[in-house]
Amino acid sequence: MNNEWPLFEIFIRSKNGLEHRHMGSLHAADAVMAMENARDVYTRRQEGVSIWVVPSSEITASNPENNGELFAPAEDKVYRHPTFYDLPDELKHI
Amino acid sequence: MNLSLENLEKQFQDRIDAGDNIEPKDWMPEKYRKTHIRQISQHAHSEIVGMLPEGNWITRAPSLRRKVALLAKVQDEAGHGLYLYSAAETLGISRDELFNQLHTGKAKYSSIFNYPAVTWADMGAIGWLVDGAAIINQVMLTRTSYGPYARAMVRICKEESFHQRQGFEIMLTLSKGTAEQKEMAQDALDRWWWPSLMMFGPTDAASTHTEQSMKWKIKRKTNDELRQQFIDITAPQAEFLGLKIPDPALQWNEERGHYDFGEINWDEFWQVVKGYGPCNKERINARVKAWDEGAWVREAALAYAEKKDSIQKAI
Repeated sequence: MNNEWPLFEIFIRSKNGLEHRHMGSLHAADAVMAMENARDVYTRRQEGVSIWVVPSSEITASNPENNGELFAPAEDKVYRHPTFYDLPDELKHI
Repeated sequence: MNLSLENLEKQFQDRIDAGDNIEPKDWMPEKYRKTHIRQISQHAHSEIVGMLPEGNWITRAPSLRRKVALLAKVQDEAGHGLYLYSAAETLGISRDELFNQLHTGKAKYSSIFNYPAVTWADMGAIGWLVDGAAIINQVMLTRTSYGPYARAMVRICKEESFHQRQGFEIMLTLSKGTAEQKEMAQDALDRWWWPSLMMFGPTDAASTHTEQSMKWKIKRKTNDELRQQFIDITAPQAEFLGLKIPDPALQWNEERGHYDFGEINWDEFWQVVKGYGPCNKERINARVKAWDEGAWVREAALAYAEKKDSIQKAI
């Protein structure tokens, strides 16, 4: 009975200067309707100044089962952080 | 790594114990998934069915101020239902199936909505008591272990505090009004008090889900704890209104630091849960009617989207 309207992910910029953030999802027949519904569902109290709607089927997500291979390589690279470097305390502005 | 079921379950419990949130694509025990689908959908259905007793009063609100507030509250409830359906869908159940479960009676919704809203004062009592009880439960759920559910709860709690305040304001106006208006407020409190206490579910001793739900941090407090919290908060508010809570046993207990209260009529609770409340049939019929009569709109919108899409592809 798959007559369901497709799912869209909704991203909202709360004010200029900030990034769009994922707010949730909703079903709509097309992107225009997704936009109208996103306005009513996610910005009833002036929560946004800009909306993105993206078909959920267009998102490629990483698989948490692969988190090891994907993220572990960063674990032993402490030299990417400023605190790794030993500098004397009396040094200023660095 | 040993990926036996037992091992996966242990790793899962360790993550929960460490305060980690579970996200949609993470491995989870089948029972955790099912429990969440049941609980989140029940919650979503409650928001949607909850619009019915109040929607009935929008055209009869006594002033424009009351009307816009009630309209906004009911619209919020539609929104809350949508947040929650989306959260349930992340667990691999479709929206159509969720509706189907509601329409066939397979899924439950909060029994409170099977009581009729017969006077304007009921709009006050529902906002004050029913939303008040819901907020206590929902504040706890903002820290539930399943990420999408917790996030939906944060948004809902932010929006819902106005619901309770508008309800209390209605009660306050009525209880300071004419003798007849005050009587109306008292009558609404009399009818909504006990069903509101039942909203927290069976006692801990009788609850079949509580123990596992606590272990998985689906719930952070038991039904009895939440119910006590609600009574402790609400009793002084009734006093402020100059209304009397319909429970002769209700009394502050200095030693416990809580209010004592009388026995809840659990027979009535189970009757309503099982479908024999005053409005069970009416509520489901209204939902099924809306769904069936909206079918052509859903189909037409989809046909239009597909046609537009194919024209665009042809160019």
